[in-house]
Amino acid sequence: MKKTVFLSSLAVAALATGMASATTLEDVQARGTLNCGVSTGVNGFSAPDANGVWQGFDVAVCRAVAAAVLGDPMAVNFVPTTGQTRFTALASGEIDMLARNTTWTFSRDVDLGFTFVGVNYYDGQGFMVPRELGVSSATELEGATVCIQTGTTTELNLADFFRVNNMSYEPVPIETNAEAQQQYLAGACDVYTTDASGLAATRASFEAPGDHVILPEIISKEPLGPVVRHGDDQWADIGRWTLNALIAAEELGVTSANLEQMAAGTNNPEINRLLGSEGSLGEMLGLDAEWARRAIAAGGNYGEIFAATIGESTPIGLARGLNAQWTQGGLMYAPPFR
Amino acid sequence: MSDTHAQTVPYVRDTMLSPQDPPSSQVGVTKWMRENLFDGWVSAVLTVLAVAAIGYAIVHLYPWFANSVWNADSLTQCREILDGATGACWAVIRVNWLQLIFGFYPPDLYWRPVLLFVLLFVAIAPILFPSVPRKVLWFSALYPFLAVWLLWGGSLWTILAVLAGFVIGYLVMVGTHKMGAVVSVGLTILVPVAYWYFLAGPLASGINSVVPIEVTPVASRDFGGFMISVVIGVAGIALSLPLGILLALGRQSNMLLIKWMSVIFIEFVRGVPLITLLFTASLLLNYFLPPGTNFDLILRVIIMVTLFATAYMAEVIRGGLAALPRGQYEAADALGLDYWKAQRLIIMPQALKISIPGIVNTFIGLFKDTTLVVFIGILDPIGRASAIRATSDWQGVYWELFIFIGAVFWIFCFGMSRYSMHLERRLKTDHR
Repeated sequence: MKKTVFLSSLAVAALATGMASATTLEDVQARGTLNCGVSTGVNGFSAPDANGVWQGFDVAVCRAVAAAVLGDPMAVNFVPTTGQTRFTALASGEIDMLARNTTWTFSRDVDLGFTFVGVNYYDGQGFMVPRELGVSSATELEGATVCIQTGTTTELNLADFFRVNNMSYEPVPIETNAEAQQQYLAGACDVYTTDASGLAATRASFEAPGDHVILPEIISKEPLGPVVRHGDDQWADIGRWTLNALIAAEELGVTSANLEQMAAGTNNPEINRLLGSEGSLGEMLGLDAEWARRAIAAGGNYGEIFAATIGESTPIGLARGLNAQWTQGGLMYAPPFR
Repeated sequence: MSDTHAQTVPYVRDTMLSPQDPPSSQVGVTKWMRENLFDGWVSAVLTVLAVAAIGYAIVHLYPWFANSVWNADSLTQCREILDGATGACWAVIRVNWLQLIFGFYPPDLYWRPVLLFVLLFVAIAPILFPSVPRKVLWFSALYPFLAVWLLWGGSLWTILAVLAGFVIGYLVMVGTHKMGAVVSVGLTILVPVAYWYFLAGPLASGINSVVPIEVTPVASRDFGGFMISVVIGVAGIALSLPLGILLALGRQSNMLLIKWMSVIFIEFVRGVPLITLLFTASLLLNYFLPPGTNFDLILRVIIMVTLFATAYMAEVIRGGLAALPRGQYEAADALGLDYWKAQRLIIMPQALKISIPGIVNTFIGLFKDTTLVVFIGILDPIGRASAIRATSDWQGVYWELFIFIGAVFWIFCFGMSRYSMHLERRLKTDHR
């Protein structure tokens, strides 16, 4: 009995110290660390390495924001969240932002009271089949057994796709990606469906990746992006424009290699405004002039982050596709820094 | 005997036969096999099938174990080394075992949980084995405070200030015990709680600013791996037994309020899955508490796991109480013992002895249930294993991690089970 009292007294102490009611920016600066919600592990997007350091594409967004706000890309507390706990963790203030390959949907944005600050990865649902099946298009999947993770949007997309194409299928419900992988390899299903990036990562880990093909059809839109709480527009702006700074940096040719040189001043005024040698954009955000410079220094520009975590030179080997700059035929389009 | 037979029997052998060996079917391996493996055709068929199954398993599993790869940095390397052969890639354990054990705990502070784990055995030794000197019990009582201090770090004075509350409570209890039970119990609870709430914090930080004794603090979210299973498991086990005893007694109490509160608590908690309680702890509490509060997640989980195990424990102990003959209660009354003395000296020693298998059963269940915290985003061994599999290096590794985790859990649970059997033998007083 007394031990419980003791524990609850600790809780009371924790409660008293945790009280705070300032803006998110002030909270984060007072705390000195950014609490960033990530997944419990998605290959290439967020996972701790063998030294316990978080790595990945979503993790890089957290680090860039931490660098912009706190000046230290490592000043991030990564809070692993599951599909169920992610939104409550954000709503309750346990995390300051969520970067957990979360699809931007109407109801999440409007009904749940969150603000999506942008899209850092345009994904879409795809199919993977064994090559020996001889299937070359998803429209040939009549009567197939399909391994699918339950409780996700992919489940609903799948039902829609097969209905629209007037085909039947037999779902094999599965809890996690790792389990799905085992089931698929064991032949429990003909087809595995999930986000295309996940399929690529999964296929890359197979013993014989060449024996499996990812079908060309992408049956849904999955714009994945960082999320913050509704109602603190300044904090949302910081998240949005940090992401935009990474994207704009790629467009403007600012890389981690030439960053110092460019920050000294160039003859391109937009670069100067972005990196803080001209204008007062940082001040308008409530940060200092070099915020974007630090954000880019954290992991490079958008293209560098992409290449280092999930790009074609990594085992995951994703092509830029939709995620190329708008000038390259993609959808990455940062509004002007002006 | 008449000598009739002397005339009727034509031949009587007058020398002994030399002893013969028993028939080969009645000795040694053959006999054992006939009796145990081929006793009738059902048995024979089953034996053949079992041998075939074991043989099949060995033929298929042996190469997997025999070709084990221990030195590689990724699954791809493992596959290169194996070069097409099947084989286990234990390298994933070798590379990540520190992560699986400690989670994100800072590597330079690993000595703290390790030291605590060793001291844990010192702390529980006097409880487990009567031959250990009784004085060690003082260490057992202090151990939880030491554990909290070393695990989470921070100022020693905070812990000592909290500890002082118990001393205050004890002094109040001694000072007021002549004022009647209700006043005494009320004050014994109220005074320390008020002290903890109002005084302990400022006092600790005050002393700490003068004489700082601090170790590096570690946040709860850095806990992980087996460390978190053991922390939750040990805290749950240590708290659920005493609370369970109180609840079991409460359920049998003559006082209606206490009885019904106990019944409602037990039935409610037993009627709800643990995962629901965990989700409540991690999600719902956040909505109830004022925004911005930071009620430690591990603490919340420990409380929920403890409540859950307590309800089961109470029912196990109630079973032990029900098994005691009525005469034992009457004998205690006849000796003039009051309620608590009767419980302590007569009833509980017997009831607990009867309940040992059930109690240990609950302990083992609780320990294994700690893996459910993976669903609320705590990276326990299972969660950490999924995170390991989510890296490009190790994606696709499956059995090795689960076998390792399973083996470690088995060692803990089997240890508990063996100890409970030892305890049962030691406490056996009947002559069955």
